Amino acid sequence: MDYINIFVKSIFIDNMIFAYFLGMCSYLAVSKTVKTGVGLGAAVIFVLGITVPINYLLENYVLKEGALAWLSDDFATVDLSFLSFIMFIAVIASMVQLVEMAVEKFAPALYGALGIFLPLIAVNCSILGGSLFMQERQYANIGEATVFGLGSGVGWFLAIVAIAAIREKIRYSNVPAPLRGLGITFILTGLMGIAFMSFMGIEL
Amino acid sequence: MSETAEAQVQDEAAVEPKEPLFSAKNKRLLSDPLNDDNPITIQVLGICSALAITVQVKQAFVMAVSVLFVMIGANLIVSWMRNLIPSRVRIIVQLVIVAALVILVDQVLKAFVYDVSKQLSVFVGLIITNCIIMGRLEAFALGNKAWPSFLDAIGNAAGYGWILIAVAVVREFFGSGKFWGIQVIPDAFYEMGYFNNGFMILPPMALVVVGIIIWIQRSKNTKLIEEN
Repeated sequence: MDYINIFVKSIFIDNMIFAYFLGMCSYLAVSKTVKTGVGLGAAVIFVLGITVPINYLLENYVLKEGALAWLSDDFATVDLSFLSFIMFIAVIASMVQLVEMAVEKFAPALYGALGIFLPLIAVNCSILGGSLFMQERQYANIGEATVFGLGSGVGWFLAIVAIAAIREKIRYSNVPAPLRGLGITFILTGLMGIAFMSFMGIEL
Repeated sequence: MSETAEAQVQDEAAVEPKEPLFSAKNKRLLSDPLNDDNPITIQVLGICSALAITVQVKQAFVMAVSVLFVMIGANLIVSWMRNLIPSRVRIIVQLVIVAALVILVDQVLKAFVYDVSKQLSVFVGLIITNCIIMGRLEAFALGNKAWPSFLDAIGNAAGYGWILIAVAVVREFFGSGKFWGIQVIPDAFYEMGYFNNGFMILPPMALVVVGIIIWIQRSKNTKLIEEN
């Protein structure tokens, strides 16, 4: 039950885009058509689902205060948490590179669809944000962390597909000239955020 | 707000008599990002953090200063090392440089302004992936000498900072009737039945405020209008 709760919560209530504005840069840049939106969204789910559990292991067995106790009692008081930023981003950048190579080798069709989006993802704030929220919220085990990563990815996917669909249609509307393009996208995202706020407080 | 910032920039340029350092081209590096080529409203970089930490002016200011520091450091280091970095691994090299600088900022914030550092929570760490920094490193510092890169960093961080602070001023004023944590709307107003607009504190309104800033900016500067 806990897993479902975390999953639903990270999709709707703690949505990466509407509640924390993470990954906005690529969200705004790549949402011109639904097709590219789906591609980037799928890549984000994929990478979040891999990097959050890896960083969870790193956090709990290397970085946290006392986490190195499994090595020997001498290290029981070592606190490396100030290194977490650099470790997380190194894991993310190298995982993205690895995933890119693996996908290219074993699933060329998927690579054709996701290929150009994977390098973009290393600098997508929602990926690092996922790891940092995982650190802040102290999930109990690796399963919860994985579910949180996947859920955040799905939430991001939903957001980018929805805004891409709206942007495809809004081309036919008579938007005031200075508001066209970026301006109206901001305001639309704000309105969608208000709609998503109605999920607040839902608990399964 | 942008005009005052621009005036400041020009003042600084006037004080320094060394002509070649502030040639017309270099001055444009400073002034363009404030308006015509603003990182947030035109280049669409660094939005993530711009929206989340603009509930109060103080947070926005601390964030703007942190970004200024990281950006100057990263632009200078990358610009000095640009001929040593192999292009295949440049993203990772840049991320490591930026991450090291952000760790510095994070530790300083925790030591001196702990309460603000707690409120900024993960967003200090997210300066690492703030696209404005990576974007300028890729687009400018990798291909230019240290001095122009330094100016480019200041210009873009200032362009980022003023939008951040403008949004924060609007949201704090309407949302809680305060500026920098000090009440500016007199009690008499509240007694007459004035209410703070609690909506302004919620995340979605940040998007709407930025949208309105873009609207105002583009209606004054019509060459920035997009096709559709």
